[in-house]
Amino acid sequence: MSESLVVPTMAEMLAQGKQPEVLFWVGCAGSFDDRAKKITKAFVRILNRANVSFAVLGTEESCTGDPAKRAGNEFLFQMQAMMNIEVLNAYEAKKIVTACPHCFNTLKNEYPELGGQYEVVHHTEFLKSLLDDGRLTIEGGQFKGKRITFHDPCYLGRANKIYEAPRALIEKLDIELVEMKRSKANGLCCGAGGAQMFKDAEPGTKEINVERTEDALETKPDIIAAGCPFCNTMLTDGIKHQEKEDSVKVLDIAELIANAQDL
Amino acid sequence: MSYLDNILFAILLIIGFGFFASSIKKIIRNINLGVDVNRKDNPKARWKNMAMIALGQSKMVKRPIAGVLHIIVYVGFIIINIELLEIIIDGLFGTHRVFAPYLGPVYDVLIGSFEILALLVLIAVIVFWTRRNIIRLKRFINPDLNGFPKNDANYILYFEVVLMTLFLLMNASDLHLQNVPGGFSHFHKAGSFPVSRFIAPIFNGMSNELVMLLCEAFWWMHIIGILIFMNYLYFSKHLHILLAFPNTYFANLNPEGQFDNLESVTKEVKLMMDPNADPFAAAPVDENAAPSKFGASDVQDLNWVQLLNAYTCTECGRCTSSCPANQTGKKLSPRKIMMDTRDRLQEVGKNIDANKGVFVPDNKSLLNDYITPEELWACTSCNACVEECPVNISPLSIIMDMRRYLVMEQSAAPMPLNAMMTNIENNGAPWQYNQQDRLNWKNEN
Repeated sequence: MSESLVVPTMAEMLAQGKQPEVLFWVGCAGSFDDRAKKITKAFVRILNRANVSFAVLGTEESCTGDPAKRAGNEFLFQMQAMMNIEVLNAYEAKKIVTACPHCFNTLKNEYPELGGQYEVVHHTEFLKSLLDDGRLTIEGGQFKGKRITFHDPCYLGRANKIYEAPRALIEKLDIELVEMKRSKANGLCCGAGGAQMFKDAEPGTKEINVERTEDALETKPDIIAAGCPFCNTMLTDGIKHQEKEDSVKVLDIAELIANAQDL
Repeated sequence: MSYLDNILFAILLIIGFGFFASSIKKIIRNINLGVDVNRKDNPKARWKNMAMIALGQSKMVKRPIAGVLHIIVYVGFIIINIELLEIIIDGLFGTHRVFAPYLGPVYDVLIGSFEILALLVLIAVIVFWTRRNIIRLKRFINPDLNGFPKNDANYILYFEVVLMTLFLLMNASDLHLQNVPGGFSHFHKAGSFPVSRFIAPIFNGMSNELVMLLCEAFWWMHIIGILIFMNYLYFSKHLHILLAFPNTYFANLNPEGQFDNLESVTKEVKLMMDPNADPFAAAPVDENAAPSKFGASDVQDLNWVQLLNAYTCTECGRCTSSCPANQTGKKLSPRKIMMDTRDRLQEVGKNIDANKGVFVPDNKSLLNDYITPEELWACTSCNACVEECPVNISPLSIIMDMRRYLVMEQSAAPMPLNAMMTNIENNGAPWQYNQQDRLNWKNEN
């Protein structure tokens, strides 16, 4: 990392009387999880390179409430939602980008009814729009010719029908995109959704992440591309379980693009 | 005397349809036990869903073999039922093939296509039976179906075989008599009968009177069979042939990832966050309001669309076969969620019938007596079941409502989830990190 990251907060922006083009919602995983923090930083490096005016909430950000809601705790979810909406509305946030499909789904679909109306995009959609507008160029770089398979996160794919943006980005890398037998609307969950990330699985015959990792490995990939910090963790664990960590990497699309550009 | 047949027929029709109407009334009554939910918005999108998904079978063909065979049976069912109209008129007025003289060559084509469809339906049904009983596809031998549901599925297939066979035999014997040199009784030439013409020779050598008797017997058994089948629907898994239409119309139109925000909770949260609210004020008393309950522990807590879903489910098992939890050996089966909901709803309905229209608590509930917390907690909320369902049923919404009850009414979440929720309450993240450290990543390497 040659240059340091430029990460303004909404508070700093406001103090300068500025409104950023987009608010980057980092999310809990992106803020605290060591693996996911790398995704956050990769995405910021791309935003810095493309000269995107963005800001984060920093210490004013709090959990969207997604895991509480999927666990059944509607109270806690709505408490979190209302507090976040107060903060977001105070900053007059218009457009939000996030690298977490769970935050994305909650902000986009479940906040409007509670008073939080924003244009919410997933980071793959946002990067795709930068690409389409000519603000970002993507080259294959170190990934040229590699086999990459993309795992559809449930809350991006089935839940919100976004299948093309991540694939369009990956294809720009001069790689060979290979689809798993179950993909897009038929994609298999990584096992983390519905608050499963935070508990042990019920008794069964197999872990879901192992089942999904097997789908991915069937395509003989060099890289499994992910678009969700939780899927990333589950698939990375699955690869370790199969003892393939030396030959197969799990990378977020933001990391693929940032690394390809040597950012 | 000659009117005896017609009267008997009319009585049969009245009994058949009357009994069916009372079943339908019960279904509607039971569905209305659910709480209200507005599914009348955006009629354009709703009609479109119904046209595409129920009428057009668009989600069925995602699995092409079952999809195409199902379309054959479905088209056969609808088209051959046009013939029912003639059968009813003939039965009531003592006519014979009343439409034939009016429609002429069109009648020939119609009957011909009914026959070809009947043959195709027979073939499709035999393949279906083979998939269930010989090939034993996983979703058809899943333990969800142990007992009655497994037999039920086969009974329906046998019904169809019997009905189609009777239809063809009826035509074959009729054709045999049409071809008697010089004509016989009221049997007039009515068409080419492309399938039954190959069956007709079995009647060669029988006396005309015997064939006529057989023909009438086939005719009666066919219509009685249809009436029995229609009334069997209510007791079977087969109501989807009717309910798929309202079910797709009233299905959720929002993105699959959008779960409803409980309004009762919104009110309380707003009150909690309102700095001007008087914390000691007594809650306004509404004598008529039932004490609100968060989430669902029984069928009456679910909304009416969820209950309609339960009656519509035909137990095809596509949901369960696509469920990540079920595929990895967990107890959860989305199909079982729907079957349990229906079984409990039927039980509640019978309770109401037996107690003069009032439900008498029976110390049972959908939760625990039918669906266990272990099943509910195995769900990843991935929406695979919702996506798969050929008629837009949402097992996930029932799972979520029951989780809400477990967490908000019983504080019965698994321990690690309680820890996660405590963390969110205390420090705004599911893990134990200080909110003040949220931006630390910026300066880490």
